[in-house]
Amino acid sequence: MLITRLASLTLAGAIALSPLTAVAQDGEAAIEAREGAMNVLGLSLGTIGGMAKGEVEYDAEAATAAAENLAAIASLNLGPLFPEGTSSDDMEDSRALPAVWAEWDEFQSQWDDLGAAADGLVDVAADGQEGLGAALGPIGQACGSCHRQFRQSN
Amino acid sequence: MKKLLLAVLLIALIVVAGGLWLTRTKPLAPEATASLDGDAEAGALIFAAGGCASCHGTEGGSEEDRLILAGGHAIDSDFGTFYTPNISPSEAGIGGWSLEEFADAMVRGVSPEGQHYYPAFPYVAYSRMELQDVADLWAYMQTLPESDTASRPHDLPFPFNVRRGLGLWKLRYMPDGWVMTGEDIPERGRYLVEAVAHCGECHTSRDELGGLITVDWLGGAPNPSGEGSIPNITPGALDWSAEDIAYYLESGFTPDFDTAGGSMVDVIHGTSQLPAKDREAIADYVKAVPAVE
Repeated sequence: MLITRLASLTLAGAIALSPLTAVAQDGEAAIEAREGAMNVLGLSLGTIGGMAKGEVEYDAEAATAAAENLAAIASLNLGPLFPEGTSSDDMEDSRALPAVWAEWDEFQSQWDDLGAAADGLVDVAADGQEGLGAALGPIGQACGSCHRQFRQSN
Repeated sequence: MKKLLLAVLLIALIVVAGGLWLTRTKPLAPEATASLDGDAEAGALIFAAGGCASCHGTEGGSEEDRLILAGGHAIDSDFGTFYTPNISPSEAGIGGWSLEEFADAMVRGVSPEGQHYYPAFPYVAYSRMELQDVADLWAYMQTLPESDTASRPHDLPFPFNVRRGLGLWKLRYMPDGWVMTGEDIPERGRYLVEAVAHCGECHTSRDELGGLITVDWLGGAPNPSGEGSIPNITPGALDWSAEDIAYYLESGFTPDFDTAGGSMVDVIHGTSQLPAKDREAIADYVKAVPAVE
C-alpha cells in the first residue's frame, strides 16, 4: 500500500517535472544544432581559406561545393536555433549573449550580412583562386562583427 | 622659537617645491616638431594601425560612424571609469590644437593646458613613436569629420582625480626605450606592436598601480571589460605559424576558421588595411618574443 502510494507520488512528481526537463533538452538541442551550423561554416571556410592562402591547390568544384554549403547555412532561419532561454546567462554551455534576444533585429541583420557575403563567394568560387581572398573579406567581417556583439568572449 | 618656525617653513617649502618639480609635465622642445610636414595619406595607415577609431570612433558600426571621433566610450578600471574624449577636428575636439600640442599629447601624455593625461590613453606606447608618424597622423585627422559632442569628464574618486599625481606615475612607468631589445627582435614589427598598435596595453598584465608588468610582456591579462581574459600571444601559448598570424590580422580568421571576438574585431578592422608586409612584420615579432608560460 505504502509502496504503491510512494510509486504514484514519484510518478506524479516525474510528470510534473517533465515539461521543465523537455525545455532544458530542447535548449541543449538548439545549442548543439547552432554549433553544428557554425562548424559547417568553419569547414567550408577552411576549404576555401586554404585555397585562398595557397596552402591547398585550387579546385573549382570543391570551392563551389564549399561556398554553396556556406551560403546554405547562412540562409537558415535563426529562430529555431536561438530559442528564448538559451543565452549564456541561462545555460552553462551557451556562448550566445543575452544581447541576441535583446537586439534580435540587429542580430538578424548581421546574419543577413553573412548571407549576402556568402552569395558573393558563391558567385566567384568557380572563377579561379585569385578572387577567393577578396570574397572572404566580407565574410570575415560579418563573422567578426556578429561575434563581437553577440558571442561571449573566451 | 622663531628660528625653529622658519626652519619648519623652509623645509615645508622645499618639500612642496620638490613635489611640484617631481610631478611636473615634460613637453617636447618646440623645435622637435617645428620642421615636420605631415602626409595625410601615410597618416591614414598610422590611424588604422593605431586603431584610434576603436576607442574614439562613434559606436554604430558603419564606416562613416567610425571616422567621427566623438569619443564617449567608457573604459572601466580599478581606479574608476574613464571616458574617451572627442578628438575630431572641431572646437569640441582638438580642432584648435597645433601639431606641437598634438605631439605632446601623443608621446608625452601632456595636454595643451599643461596637465597630465591618464594612461588609459596609451601614450606609454606612443612615446616610442617617430614624430614624423605623429605628424602624418595629425595631417590625416584634419581630414576627418567634425563632431560637436562635448567630451565627458572621467568618473574617478580621490586621489585618482588629482592629475598632478600622475607625474609620479610617469616617473615610474614612462619607458625610455623598447620592451624587447634582443638582436633577434624584428624592428618593424617591434615598432608596430610596442608603439603604434599598442598591443601590450591589453595583452600584458598590470600591477596594482596600473603599470604594465613587462617581464610578462604579451603574456595575457584579465579582460578590462570584465568577461573572460585577453590571451597570451607569446610562443608560450600561441602555436600559430607567422603566416597564420598574418592571415588572422588580415581576415579575422583563426587557423581553424573561427573568428576573433570582442575588441579584437576592431583591431583587425585596422590591421586589415595595412600593407601585407606590416602584418607579416607584426607576426614575425610576435613569434620572436620570449615565451610566457
